[in-house]
Amino acid sequence: MLNLIFYAFAALTLGGSLAVLITRNVMYSAFFLLLSLIGVAALFVLASADLLAVAQVMIYVGGVLVLVIFGVMLTHKPKPETTTGPQAARPNYILTQHRAWLWPLLVAAGLFTAFYSLISRIHFSLFEHRAPFQTSVDTIGKQLMTEYIIPFEIAGILLLAALVGATYLSSQGDRTNNQ
Amino acid sequence: MNASYLPSDYLPVLIQLGLALGFIITTMIVTHSIGPKRKSQKKDDPFECGIPVEGDARTPISIKYFLIAILFVLFDVEVIFLYPWAVNFKGLGVTGFIEMVLFMGLLLAGFYYIIRKGVLKWE
Repeated sequence: MLNLIFYAFAALTLGGSLAVLITRNVMYSAFFLLLSLIGVAALFVLASADLLAVAQVMIYVGGVLVLVIFGVMLTHKPKPETTTGPQAARPNYILTQHRAWLWPLLVAAGLFTAFYSLISRIHFSLFEHRAPFQTSVDTIGKQLMTEYIIPFEIAGILLLAALVGATYLSSQGDRTNNQ
Repeated sequence: MNASYLPSDYLPVLIQLGLALGFIITTMIVTHSIGPKRKSQKKDDPFECGIPVEGDARTPISIKYFLIAILFVLFDVEVIFLYPWAVNFKGLGVTGFIEMVLFMGLLLAGFYYIIRKGVLKWE
């Protein structure tokens, strides 16, 4: 039963990612990315990483995907012939202009090798003295507040920098628009 | 505290997911199959409560919406960090509280900056 669920969600993740690659419509690939991200969240649950699953759903499904769709809405400029011709009946038909495959393939292969070598070499100390399917929130909280307090506070500074940077960049764009 | 759980504890989530998906899919199929289809120029026209349509909805949106979304994601990440701390609130004591106040202080300083910059002000 558990295996069946695992394979179902793995198929969802892989199918979603494949559809992101195959479809030419940017909007569709954003929605297929949603399927893929939800599948990854379910795989986190099955790997008994419940905090990661919650973070995945809240941040990626709830936040980053909205950013992606907003990015499409922000940058898409409909061509004049698509607003009047037979194309006008399909206003959500936003095609990608980018069909090169060599550089994306190289980047993806490089990232895959790097992450795979990292993960295969990593030493999961929690695996040894923890029963399977035990909630990891307690341990993560304790570790975050004691041993990893410096990275935790640095993450706060990073978030602050992102806040200030986003505000700065967007207010600059506003000014050039007004001029 | 019994902290172990089984994936079957997620069964309610799965049932809810199935119910939501099933409701949407059934509604879409039923409305497509039993609704009358009368097509004319007037019927296919997008309408706005009787007001004539003006312009195209697919114009590039203002960057302000994007900024709101970015700020939402950033504070979302912050809330995720609160959760494992809140579970261990009593065990971590005053030290943990001060550490979290420092973390929150950084974020709230950013929030103060945003408000002073007038990002959340519309027009």
